[in-house]
Amino acid sequence: MISVLFFAQLREALGVQKIEIPIDQSLSLTELLAFIIQKNPHWEQALTRKNLLMSINQELAQVDSLVRWGDEVAFFPPVTGG
Amino acid sequence: MNLSLSIQTEDFNLQTEYQRLLEGDNLSGAVVTFVGRVRDLSVDKTISGLLLEHYPGMTEKALDNILQEAAKRFQISAARIIHRVGQLNALDQIVFVGVTSVHREDAFAAAEFMMDYLKHQAPFWKKEISEEGGCWVEAKEKDLKLFERWEEQ
Repeated sequence: MISVLFFAQLREALGVQKIEIPIDQSLSLTELLAFIIQKNPHWEQALTRKNLLMSINQELAQVDSLVRWGDEVAFFPPVTGG
Repeated sequence: MNLSLSIQTEDFNLQTEYQRLLEGDNLSGAVVTFVGRVRDLSVDKTISGLLLEHYPGMTEKALDNILQEAAKRFQISAARIIHRVGQLNALDQIVFVGVTSVHREDAFAAAEFMMDYLKHQAPFWKKEISEEGGCWVEAKEKDLKLFERWEEQ
């Protein structure tokens, strides 16, 4: 199982904060996104935004970073704190 | 090295933070503090406040990484970051960065470095609240440039 979290305007656009993906092999974040979009085609626009940021286990990651069973992944828009 | 951070809903007091940074420190000749506050949004009368969302868990890691990196790059004795979350109003304090050092150059540079990194790396998001619901604040190109200049060094 891979936990996937969404934040800010992305969370609102999808209408969900967290989903669980029942995958047990390693895959890249690009592949994980494709899997999520395949299951939820109406999320495609929000999840293919140009400047989408992503993290694995609470560290910033890149589209080619690998996720494995038990990881916590998050997708979110550019940050605006401070 | 005295490095600390706090993510909190409550306000902070500058004098208290100043004293905390210098506790037991007889060597630092320089203290730099920065406070960011919510600008008055009343130009647009419909906006009533700000909502600050964050990613619990990652936020702490991101701020800790920033403190560790500042300690590596600059000669500092202590550093502290406070960031507020939740509901905030115009003119509220929102962020605090404090640094002590033997000399001012490192204290100024480290404070600026930490703010530039925080603006670009820490998972906080601001939403302007109005009667119609709200509007997420867009990230600024300027903040990306300020971040990138440190990456080049």
